[in-house]
Amino acid sequence: MRYTPHTSAEIAAMLRAIGAESVDALLAHVPEALRARASLAALPGGMDERAMRAELAALAARNRADGLAFLGAGAYPHFIPAAVEQIAGRAEFATAYTPYQPEVSQGTLQATFEFQSAIAALTGMEVANAGMYDGATAAAEAVLMTQRLRPGRPLILVARALHPHYRQVIATYLAGIKDVELVEVPYGPDGATPLPTAEQLRRASCLVLGYPNVFGVVEDLTRAAEVVHGEDCLLVSATAEALALALLRTPGAAGVDVAIAEGQSLGLPLGYGGPGLGLFASRERFVRSLPGRLVGETVDVHGRRGYVLTLATREQHIRRERATSNICTNQGLCAVQVVVYLSLLGRHGLASVAERNLRGAHALAERLRGVGTLRFSGPYFNELVLSLPDARRRWQHALGQGIVAGLPLGDWYPELEDTLLLCATELHDAAAMDRLAAALGADAAASAARAGDRA
Amino acid sequence: MQIPETLRYSEEHEWVLVEDGVATIGITDHAQEELGDIVFVELPAIGAEIAKSATLGVVESVKAVSDVYAPVSGTVTTINEALATKPETMNEDPYGAGWMVKVALADPGDVGALMTAQQYRDFLAREQA
Amino acid sequence: MSRPAGVLRYGLLPEPLIFERGAPGRTGATCDPTEVGGPAPVDVLPAGLRRDDGLAGLPEVSELDVVRHFTRLSQWNLSAATTLYPLGSCTMKYNPIVNEAIVRSPGFAALHPLLPDAWTQGALELMDRLAGFLRAVSGLPGISLQPAAGAHGELTGLKMVRAYHADRGNPRHRVLIPASAHGTNPASAALCGYTVTEMPANDAGILEVETVRAHLGPDVAAMMITNPNTIGLFERNIQAIAEAVREAGALLYCDGANMNALLGVAKPGDMGADVLQFNLHKTFSTPHGGGGPGAGPVAVSERLEPYLPTPRLVRDASGLRWSEDFPKTIGRVRSFHGNVGMLVRAYGYLRTLGGDGLTDVTAMAVLNANYIRAKLADVLPLAFQTPSLHECVFTDRDLDATGAHTLDLAKRLLDYGFFAPTIYFPLVVPGAIMIEPTETESKQTLDEFIAAVRAIVAEARETPELVKEAPHATFVGRLDETRAARRPVLRWKPPTADPG
Repeated sequence: MRYTPHTSAEIAAMLRAIGAESVDALLAHVPEALRARASLAALPGGMDERAMRAELAALAARNRADGLAFLGAGAYPHFIPAAVEQIAGRAEFATAYTPYQPEVSQGTLQATFEFQSAIAALTGMEVANAGMYDGATAAAEAVLMTQRLRPGRPLILVARALHPHYRQVIATYLAGIKDVELVEVPYGPDGATPLPTAEQLRRASCLVLGYPNVFGVVEDLTRAAEVVHGEDCLLVSATAEALALALLRTPGAAGVDVAIAEGQSLGLPLGYGGPGLGLFASRERFVRSLPGRLVGETVDVHGRRGYVLTLATREQHIRRERATSNICTNQGLCAVQVVVYLSLLGRHGLASVAERNLRGAHALAERLRGVGTLRFSGPYFNELVLSLPDARRRWQHALGQGIVAGLPLGDWYPELEDTLLLCATELHDAAAMDRLAAALGADAAASAARAGDRA
Repeated sequence: MQIPETLRYSEEHEWVLVEDGVATIGITDHAQEELGDIVFVELPAIGAEIAKSATLGVVESVKAVSDVYAPVSGTVTTINEALATKPETMNEDPYGAGWMVKVALADPGDVGALMTAQQYRDFLAREQA
Repeated sequence: MSRPAGVLRYGLLPEPLIFERGAPGRTGATCDPTEVGGPAPVDVLPAGLRRDDGLAGLPEVSELDVVRHFTRLSQWNLSAATTLYPLGSCTMKYNPIVNEAIVRSPGFAALHPLLPDAWTQGALELMDRLAGFLRAVSGLPGISLQPAAGAHGELTGLKMVRAYHADRGNPRHRVLIPASAHGTNPASAALCGYTVTEMPANDAGILEVETVRAHLGPDVAAMMITNPNTIGLFERNIQAIAEAVREAGALLYCDGANMNALLGVAKPGDMGADVLQFNLHKTFSTPHGGGGPGAGPVAVSERLEPYLPTPRLVRDASGLRWSEDFPKTIGRVRSFHGNVGMLVRAYGYLRTLGGDGLTDVTAMAVLNANYIRAKLADVLPLAFQTPSLHECVFTDRDLDATGAHTLDLAKRLLDYGFFAPTIYFPLVVPGAIMIEPTETESKQTLDEFIAAVRAIVAEARETPELVKEAPHATFVGRLDETRAARRPVLRWKPPTADPG
């Protein structure tokens, strides 16, 4: 069989050593009633590598990954230099596990320490953990952490302009937790979130703001931190597009208490939405309340610098039902890939890519001026909300031309039915933007003409 | 292993020293040895009312977490702030600089229920048997 | 051990932190920010929203600096590709390279999760077929591929348990868990608002139905059980336990962490499970990645199906599509659809092996574990004499007199070129040494490993200091974990950075 190496002679020798008559005899203590029904003979048979690859290639061909899409909304298409996947994909990283034996796991441990350092620098926060599943679960863990830091406060304030997946995951995580109520904070006409009342903040453990929010709008975290802290409440910033942090005032500088983000933009492929990587950063004084793994620096018996998993008493394998989280992994390979990407681009490369995104999205807005109007007036990074009459039908029309004109935001916000959420990154060149403008605009002209006919 | 004669002891391996109605509380030499290298200590807030047998604090080693239970009831008057930066003091000097909290006794009778040094010695012998 | 100056150990080169390499202004990759025009950031972002530190603290290195740095780091790791990695309960089998190739095909890698369903039929078809495999293997009808890892699957499963009971008027308060359970079980239960009652096993390491009955009551929401358990023993009372749980109105959660011991042997659905999480990175061989990403799909019985996370895949005339139309759902447990990259790899593995191959996986995993058990039982006492499946658990109790303990044996194994077994777990076995060789190891490798363990046990008796001070041959020696925890240093800081 594929991947099981024994010859029949070896199997016989091993059985002799064990003192068993057959492999089946080793399973004989499993109740017969269960074994009798457990056959997998009805499953398809195996196949060789060539046949398997052909089947997978056929499936891949039924995906239209090469079309022109202006989709962001929580997952962002970015260029990934070849070195990133090649280096992070090395088998020594990919096929190791949790570094339980640090002496033979220094590669994973030092890379993770570097990841934590890079994320702390990117977010401007004091400490970052080794990673969470994704941005949405990191947001939920951040909310739970504020409940540990501000026990007895019954409210969780979450911006309606926070990505709906993040809001839904927070709601799922909170279900069943006693005496906590999730309160949605509406957005204002500029697309940003007006701050809740002092009375609400006093009863809340945290306020969660998107940064940028789901409309692409950049919230004023500095002002929010002042007001939130005035009521001894905590501020959580949630960034779905981590690249934005290269240009925006850092959550740390703004006074945020917990900064979480989705790290997919930083060197991970879209991959139909996963695996991504939750980034989780906070203040040093909250470190014992952090969920997830942490790598720390120390020395070995010879005094040489080295790295270990540390502060593990927070975690499930020691604290069990009193752990800060049930998580027992950190999307480790994704964290390695992200720190390779951040290293390769570095201070200057990352800034240039972020600037290219901001300029590109604004250039796109310029091109679409005749097609629709910006729904929100707030400053934005690489995503914007375009209002246009008959948005859904025009989106469909563009689709017919092989263009996904962003996300019809009515899917997520019924009150925004005639809008499209559009994203432009460094992968969208001038020609692509022209195609989008033409597809949406031509249709606008056509529908105007039809309207004229009817009149 | 040290078990000073002047102190009283609980079955949870805490020691108590009473002076003027205030109990100083720490963990015993035996307890610190069992825990291994102590890396972090969590103490109650000053002014906290604690009930006998309730959790008084938490002591962590690299791979274990242990609750410290209040051997007496009372109000916390002082905590050993130095443990925040030097938790190893609890290993090095458990009956001296490694003390944890001082508690104004709610019921001085609580102390009478604790073991003497000899009783604690016997208790340890039984526990290890 | 000091070495002569200037002489390097072959193959393992020293390397500073990436932040300690490079020079101000150096960069590995950039792009032209102005290629499509558009305004400069200063023209559209107000000063108060703009970053002004020039990204201080990120590296300034060349591409070659990066390649060399991380290549060197990687060489400091042992991995399943390097050597036997017998980490019990973690199932460190060979991760077929072909599955890395298929997942990197642009048809999957470049696929945006919000593309219209008509554009992603290949991915949806793959996910639907993978769900079919999981259904067949588990004997349970409902599948969600959303959870990102095993622990995340546990959380998802218990949220469904809670929703099920809440739907019937009372979410209940308690979850029963055997004392040998993985720490994620109680942690997941607590996250769902449940208190945990631990139950002991009998002297043979098996849970008795009477023990379960004694702890059951109308306030028990579920019982979580790992089968085979964390000692590698099949819980042979499982059907009676399931019946008792069912009679009490509670649900049975099967932790699928050891599902690789059950392929073709027993189906959790037949055992009476209501919910099970798969660990695709264990059973179906997706790489562990130094700690993820994994994937933790859940399978559920008919009565839990309405509560599965959304969106769910449905098939209609136009093909497969995502649907949110399940009013009793617990909702989303993460963004988008799951760790799809891991699902693609697992699907490749399942197609390669097929039904016969999967049955062979379990048979050979059990053979290998029992071979190690037989070959070591005379030098290391077994925790239990009970017949075991895919892993075996020893204790260090015979070595007490030598002063060398489980940890020391584990460290010494590193000198012999093997990763160490899982140690000190399960907690119910003092000094536990848990070995899981997996089915992909050859007899030759197993014999080498067995010889190494036997040699180390002999060393522990003859030259205990050699074992207690191990490892000696590794890139770094034993590390001071106490220092790391007492004065945590969790990041590199720029030397000139303004404190605070």
